[in-house]
Amino acid sequence: MLALPAVAATPGDLMAARGQMAFSLGWHIILACFGVGMPAFTVFAEWRGHRTGNEDYTRLAHRWAKVMGVLFAVGAVSGTILSFEMGLLWPGLMGTYGQVLGLPFALEGFAFFIEAIFVGIYLYAWDRLPPHRHLLAGLAVCVAGVASAFFVVSANAWMNQPRGFDLVNGKVTHVRPWKAMFNPAMPPQALHMILAAFMVAGFGIAGVYAVGMLRGRRDRYHRIGLLLPFTAAAIVAPVQVVVGDSMARFLATDQPPKLAAIEGLNHTGSHVPLSIGGAYIDGRMRYAVRIPDALSLLVGYRPGTVVQGLDKVPVADRAPINPVHLGFQVMVAIGFGLVLLGAWLALAWWRRRDLPRSRWFLRLTAISGLASVVALEAGWVTTEVGRQPWIVWQHQRTADAVNPAPGLWVGLVAVLAVYTVLTVAAVYVLRHLGRQPVTAPQEGWAEEYTP
Amino acid sequence: MTSAQFLLALAWAGITMYALLGGADFGGGFWDALAGGPRRGFAQRRLIEHSIGPVWEANHVWLIFVIVLFWTCFPPVFASVASTLYIPLTLVAFGIIARGSAFAFRKASTELWQLRLFGGAFALSSVLTPFFLGTVAGGVASGRVPAGLARGDLIRSWWNPTSILGGVLAVGTTAYLAAVYLTGDARRHGGEELADAFRRRGIITAAVMGVVVIGGIFVLRHDAPRLYDGLTGRALPVVILSAVAGVASLALLVIRRYAVARITAATAVAAVIWGWPVAQYPVLLPPHVTVAGAAAQPTVLHATLATVLVGLVLLVPSLVWLFALFQRSREAETD
Repeated sequence: MLALPAVAATPGDLMAARGQMAFSLGWHIILACFGVGMPAFTVFAEWRGHRTGNEDYTRLAHRWAKVMGVLFAVGAVSGTILSFEMGLLWPGLMGTYGQVLGLPFALEGFAFFIEAIFVGIYLYAWDRLPPHRHLLAGLAVCVAGVASAFFVVSANAWMNQPRGFDLVNGKVTHVRPWKAMFNPAMPPQALHMILAAFMVAGFGIAGVYAVGMLRGRRDRYHRIGLLLPFTAAAIVAPVQVVVGDSMARFLATDQPPKLAAIEGLNHTGSHVPLSIGGAYIDGRMRYAVRIPDALSLLVGYRPGTVVQGLDKVPVADRAPINPVHLGFQVMVAIGFGLVLLGAWLALAWWRRRDLPRSRWFLRLTAISGLASVVALEAGWVTTEVGRQPWIVWQHQRTADAVNPAPGLWVGLVAVLAVYTVLTVAAVYVLRHLGRQPVTAPQEGWAEEYTP
Repeated sequence: MTSAQFLLALAWAGITMYALLGGADFGGGFWDALAGGPRRGFAQRRLIEHSIGPVWEANHVWLIFVIVLFWTCFPPVFASVASTLYIPLTLVAFGIIARGSAFAFRKASTELWQLRLFGGAFALSSVLTPFFLGTVAGGVASGRVPAGLARGDLIRSWWNPTSILGGVLAVGTTAYLAAVYLTGDARRHGGEELADAFRRRGIITAAVMGVVVIGGIFVLRHDAPRLYDGLTGRALPVVILSAVAGVASLALLVIRRYAVARITAATAVAAVIWGWPVAQYPVLLPPHVTVAGAAAQPTVLHATLATVLVGLVLLVPSLVWLFALFQRSREAETD
């Protein structure tokens, strides 16, 4: 295969490319979460509507399907931008390793294809298909959405645990694409992401109805709108804690520099405390609350467990500590907060078969969607910044993958401008949708508007 | 046939599908732009909205399919093209964002100023996106993208006679396909008058495109002699097929045989798309990068080929159902 000669990009262009990728990925990932989680809630509500004859379920399904139509369209195009950016910003990665990590993307392509086809059928053929067949079309959207997330994250997991190829004189050879896809980081990372998607979508939708209830709209429609997605997300939340914990332990054995960055841990040793809060200043962790032996206990269930510190990592290969540490802390804190919020509802339901009476429950639920988005972004900062300076861990530096063409910062500015407009328009349209009467999902201005 | 050849053919089939289906959706935006004021253009815009709505997202995925096949199976080609042509490709990306979101936003809107704003963004991006994609094709076809990261001229690689010809051809092709497809959709809706409006647009576009293509022959001879030699040599039968199909669909539009005109119009466009690789095979990036030289390792090619073939088993029936559902139910609506 051809070797690709390149000249270096300026540090400014590298930062611009990283900023552009981070921003467009961070933006898309929110939409992607709704794309994975929301169809399940919608199909479930539609099914309950059929089963129970309860109009409120059917109305919710209609409403959510309409929102899904907007979110899916924006998610589809913002996802396409990412596949462009893989080449526009990181041609060094794609030229060298494209063949190694390409297979999950090919699979994701088909999953996305199936998803797009059945979204079209689900949204536009609502009244043209018999109910059970329409539900099946919706189910196909759910399955394809989860599969998409699985495939994409397995490609990202490969960047953390690159496998399935040999390097001979700097050239990639003996590629084993299935081994690359089924790398050790794939199962925990994919599961963590898919669960996160259900939490973001669940708390996000529940939050909308919590706001409605705070404004006095306490009818059954709003109660179901809150309870259905909230329950799903609240069931997922404690599972997510267990999965997250196993991921941290995975880092301890398979990617210790990232765990050291998460904890700001300088020295390798046993009886390592867990650092909560604080900041990494002048080469050490300051102002953190330290729980003695806790990190060693979490990693190996014994205080004597040795945890690798930054001293084992060459200075040039260390990730920036503060964003990684902060991202992790924020994610974990919000995660536990959401578990507690779910437990509050469970307790009230167990005792009185009703929502908690306190308005604080509604207030906290109202912000739980935003909080889970913050946790999602914080988690991505942890894993992505925690891998730096590598784009392919211990194989290719981010600086060697970037497009050497000058002027990448213009792209960053343009992306910021385009996404700002897009965000404003999307929020405006979604708010507008919320105030419209509920109609069948395929109806739009073309049916309703007559000049 | 080797796996690499097979996959290249599949990728090219993907490009063809994207042009014939996704291209027509962009063409819908072109006619949306020219439909006139909100009152006069209402019937046309509603037809375009109905025709594109259920299918554009699925049609759009062909582009992702093609990108992924190239980066997996021909990574140096993908990296070279993406890095040298990053300016027009970034503009394509913005066009894709604007088109898809504006279309979805307009659908969810009810007030006139919103319909105008989102409709305008939808229409404008539907013209710019295929234009810049065409300039990318022109840059590659005229040999302005050398192997290597950002080794080509960042401006002249896509701002040159062949690229501009490619851009104009792409916009014209999408508009032409959309007009021809929409005649049939309009008739199924029972709107003979509307069908006539798109028939007129189809005929005019076909005539304009004929002139552009004839002019384009001279542009290529001057600006991309290697491609010109291929098109007038080995690819000549394909070029002739395209011309015959183009003239035939013009005639079919004139005599209002819309269903058959769809097939001939699609054939004319597909033949243009296949003329290019036939002309320059086995070269992927002129002058030196060939299929065999750029292909990924056999293990990768085999795994990808297997994935694509299994994927197609799932994909094709789903696609058939999607299109059958909305073509058929429209007939039922008019009954």
